[in-house]
Amino acid sequence: MTISETIDDPTRLGLDWPTTRLRVENLRVAFAVDGARRDVVTGVSFALSPGECVAIVGESGSGKSVTARSLVGLAGRNAIVESDTFELHHEDARSYTARQWRRVRGRDVGFILQDALVSLDPLRPVRAEIAEALRLHRWGDRAARSRRVIELLTRVGVPFPEVRARQRPGQLSGGLRQRALIASAIALDPDIVIADEPTTALDVTVQAQVLAELEKMKQRGASLILISHDLSVVAQLADQILVMQGGAVLEQGTAAEVLGAPVHDYTKALIAAVPSEHTRGRTLSPTLVPAAANVEASHPISHGPVLEATGLVKRFVAPDGTVNRAVDGVSFTVEAGETLGIVGESGSGKSTTARLALGLEKLDGGTVRLLGQDWSAVNERRRRRLRPRISVVYQDPLSSFDPRWNVERILLDALRSTEFSKAARRSRVLELLDMVGLSAEVLGRFPLRLSGGQRQRVAIARALASRPSVIVLDEAVSALDVTIQAQILDLLVALQRSSGVSYLFISHDLGVISHLSDRVLVMKDGRVVEEGTPDEIFKRPQHPYTRELIASIPDFDPVAIAAGS
Amino acid sequence: MTAIRVTAIPTISTRLARLPWGLYAAGALVVLLGLAAIAPQLLATSDPYALDYPAALQAPSWAHWFGTDESGRDLYSRIVYGTRESLLIGLGAAGVGIVLALLLGSLAALAIKPAAVVVDRFVEVMFAFPALLLALLLIAIAGPSAATEIFAVGLGTAPGYARMIRGQVLAAKNSGYVEAATALGHSRARIVRAHILPNALRPLVAVFALSVGQSIVWASSLSFLGLGVAPPSSEWGALLDAGRAYITQAGWLVVVPGLVIVAVALAATTIGRHLQINLEKGER
Amino acid sequence: MTLTSSSRGVAAGPAVEPAPPLPTSRRASRLRIVALVVARKVAAALVVLWGAATVAFFAQLALPGDRATVILNIRAGQAQQRTAAELAPINAEYGLQHPVLQQYWDYLRGLVAGDFGTSYQQFRPVTSIIGEQLGATATLSVTAILFAWVLMVVWVTLTAGRGSRVGALGSLVDVVAAGLPAYWLGIILLLVFALGLRWFPVIGGTGVDGLILPALTLAIPLAGFMAQSTRAEFERALDQPFVISARMRGMSDWGVRLRHVLRHASIPAVTLSGWALGATLSGAVIVESIFSRPGIGSVLVSAVNSQDLPVVVGIVTLVAVFYVTANLIVDIAYTLIDPRLEAS
Repeated sequence: MTISETIDDPTRLGLDWPTTRLRVENLRVAFAVDGARRDVVTGVSFALSPGECVAIVGESGSGKSVTARSLVGLAGRNAIVESDTFELHHEDARSYTARQWRRVRGRDVGFILQDALVSLDPLRPVRAEIAEALRLHRWGDRAARSRRVIELLTRVGVPFPEVRARQRPGQLSGGLRQRALIASAIALDPDIVIADEPTTALDVTVQAQVLAELEKMKQRGASLILISHDLSVVAQLADQILVMQGGAVLEQGTAAEVLGAPVHDYTKALIAAVPSEHTRGRTLSPTLVPAAANVEASHPISHGPVLEATGLVKRFVAPDGTVNRAVDGVSFTVEAGETLGIVGESGSGKSTTARLALGLEKLDGGTVRLLGQDWSAVNERRRRRLRPRISVVYQDPLSSFDPRWNVERILLDALRSTEFSKAARRSRVLELLDMVGLSAEVLGRFPLRLSGGQRQRVAIARALASRPSVIVLDEAVSALDVTIQAQILDLLVALQRSSGVSYLFISHDLGVISHLSDRVLVMKDGRVVEEGTPDEIFKRPQHPYTRELIASIPDFDPVAIAAGS
Repeated sequence: MTAIRVTAIPTISTRLARLPWGLYAAGALVVLLGLAAIAPQLLATSDPYALDYPAALQAPSWAHWFGTDESGRDLYSRIVYGTRESLLIGLGAAGVGIVLALLLGSLAALAIKPAAVVVDRFVEVMFAFPALLLALLLIAIAGPSAATEIFAVGLGTAPGYARMIRGQVLAAKNSGYVEAATALGHSRARIVRAHILPNALRPLVAVFALSVGQSIVWASSLSFLGLGVAPPSSEWGALLDAGRAYITQAGWLVVVPGLVIVAVALAATTIGRHLQINLEKGER
Repeated sequence: MTLTSSSRGVAAGPAVEPAPPLPTSRRASRLRIVALVVARKVAAALVVLWGAATVAFFAQLALPGDRATVILNIRAGQAQQRTAAELAPINAEYGLQHPVLQQYWDYLRGLVAGDFGTSYQQFRPVTSIIGEQLGATATLSVTAILFAWVLMVVWVTLTAGRGSRVGALGSLVDVVAAGLPAYWLGIILLLVFALGLRWFPVIGGTGVDGLILPALTLAIPLAGFMAQSTRAEFERALDQPFVISARMRGMSDWGVRLRHVLRHASIPAVTLSGWALGATLSGAVIVESIFSRPGIGSVLVSAVNSQDLPVVVGIVTLVAVFYVTANLIVDIAYTLIDPRLEAS
């Protein structure tokens, strides 16, 4: 009788099925660093029953990942883990030795980490990774384990499992990889599964597949602990939700309670901060956007579109000779004062399109015109005259700053071609900081010492320095926490409203795109498959791929939840 | 060949450099060396050239801290007096090596395509010859002497450092901040001057310190083979060469100068690594 | 894009991956990719070898003065004026009267055929001079690399990633070992183990007995050098998510180190092994001198002393050939094991 059979029918074991699989009360985790004690988690309590999903929600630094890892005794070196109660299957786990923990991990508790590309050993074939738990817990012989690997891969929906099992993670697509990762975590059918950000960094379609898998596990009776920063993901699966910030649990209750009728201000802010087609036109964050009304209008644009791209083509040749058509005939226009959003999954060519529009990449075909003038057709020296009219904000601002420079130098440097007297430059720097809501205190600091949100504000300030007509934002908010992202999005909206600057906004996040854009381009495999207003795209998608994309978005409508699901 | 990235410089763990006592010891040694180079008579206990045959080949003792050689000369004093020449050779070789490496490395990374490829291939070719053998080749052509030694060691170590510098310059050239500067409309010349060169060459001081240590060791190796400075010079390598014949009878004649060389190299390496850490502190 | 029946609770019908192309055609195109990459690497290596041969040739031309005169002087052991009649046979023997380009071409052709020219001092071809002694040196070099690997793997696996104190000690030992000059270490080992403890003979000879100490002399600094990059990679890998995944499955710390991390950490050391061949061959020059061990080291030193360029150049070029070939093999092995490394 296989393990899965026993779990499906507990009466065959002739045991009373215990009602609580895991119980923890007042869990506290601290790290001993250089003799000082730093509290990272303060007071987490919850109980887990069969078929239940408990979700821990929070932003970076909230302590949610540390909590998850403490539940399997892997909080880290120098970690001090204490709790009033910590029971795993009715056994006191507080005093578990290393050996006892090793017996628990993989067998009683399965753990799914984020991003299979780095969570599976890239040098070993997938079957070795999946069979590892089996081998460590001495399950079956070699032949039985091989069969089990195929069985698991089939169960998680991997086609041609015999072939795939022999391949290395890098040879599989994102979705297959993630499924293989899940298979490796549930190899021994643990009845508790912890998933730490299982869908972050995944394409939305793959994300939907992973969530489906987790749902299947739940239905089979496993208990899930889901760690995520993404409320829409959590809303799909969670029965119970804990909201953490700074190590403490701020709110806790059923999913309907927490999402539908949140009590704590932070929870309310978190829910309000999620951008979607429902949030268009309103601010996402409670913080006041600084007086962006002072922003001077950018150079007056007489008429006509700000940016025109026609038939863009870009080919990359791989070392083995194969040609990859990263961008294959893309056309669009960006009008004055509007936001054009380009959405697509990884490999769709949206980032390459942005670089072509910026003139940072040579075109293999097609033209780009900036403010009605030749842009792609001329050489770099001629383009330089026009460059003040177009700016860029990257996903990772840190790598776009010279590591030796502080904020002041970065901004002064951006002004060299547009302001000519030292005094004018200095006053403009202060003006820019004001526009993006930063105090003059950051001038002397180095980007490394700023928070993610502050760095992005500096990047936006730099982009505004030359009074551009259009700013290209390439995944500019993708790396930010939800509440910070909300602030930056509000800032961008306010800047556009007062200065009339246009945005070319690239993102994989449909929610952000639908919140911000006036028009949307959907890209796949280097081509534009659909174009329209957010309303048209989301309510009446025409192209099959668009339909699939929209269907994959986890449905998160807090208003509907509040009304009583 | 370019897919293999071989680091010519040993990558030393950061924790070594964080030990303050190591740095102080290195600093103290450097001060002593400086003193010995400038005013050896202050540190030496006797005349390095004083022959004293009855006292020949004595093991280290209170009278002669490092023992005596086959002519009765005090080894300690000889080492002190040899400091100047040894350091000059080491510094000279390191200088030659770094200058060559700078030229080759920067050209290989920054010049226009055809020239850069040629220089890069040239560096790869030179790197195929181990440092010691390149040095020997130069000595075979030009004959042994202090000057040849300096150029030989410099030439031998240059390809390794050239590759390293090339890597650094390329990393700067392909970095995000250079692209951002392009997007801001800065001219190519300005970008090279303001971004690429300063960032790529920042670690140069540290590299120089590391290379001084390495050069001193190489130079003394050449002398040990009898192909460097000749006895009766007190240059450390020459001492090694002279002591070779007496390895079995008077081991200290080779062990002690070798120990001094090792200590100096270690001190240079520690200082170099510490400089490297501190320079990187303000960056990522 | 088909919508399948997996439209359960979460989201409406996510599509399953489209069926992959048949495995056989994938294998065929992968083979093509690998073959092309290997071909390119071989071509690059050949270019480097050609460059090395060119450098070697022009080095021979660098001797100051008329070459024929120099050769006669070397052979006679004294410098004096030579008559044309004396110079003629030398010119004929070495082809010195031909134009430089012709000599270059002849030299290259000779190299491909395995002819490294004729010694200035002795009257025989360089290849036979080198060939006699090459075996002993090559054995020494390979043994040294093997010893270095063993030392390095054991040391790093034991001391990496175990907190700051052990780690600091570990890297201190790495650095000190890497910086030890071969001559000094060799002499210390000789004094302690051969003269002092009498475990090994003082004058080696070519037997196994005479191999250990010289090989160790080369192996210890090499191990220290390789350990530095291996240690860095080891500690980096220990923090990687896939290692945490392994721990989550119930793997012990030793299991993680040996089954996962070691393979990753060895990658830089494998890369360095190609370079190590050249380094140990050249280090052998010093080590053979200390331990009075036969090999091309002593041949090289005396050739340098007497300015017998063909021999010097021959040895140096040969070592370069070994280095390039070893690197090529390592590089190709990488491509076969892990194409991912090539794609970067």
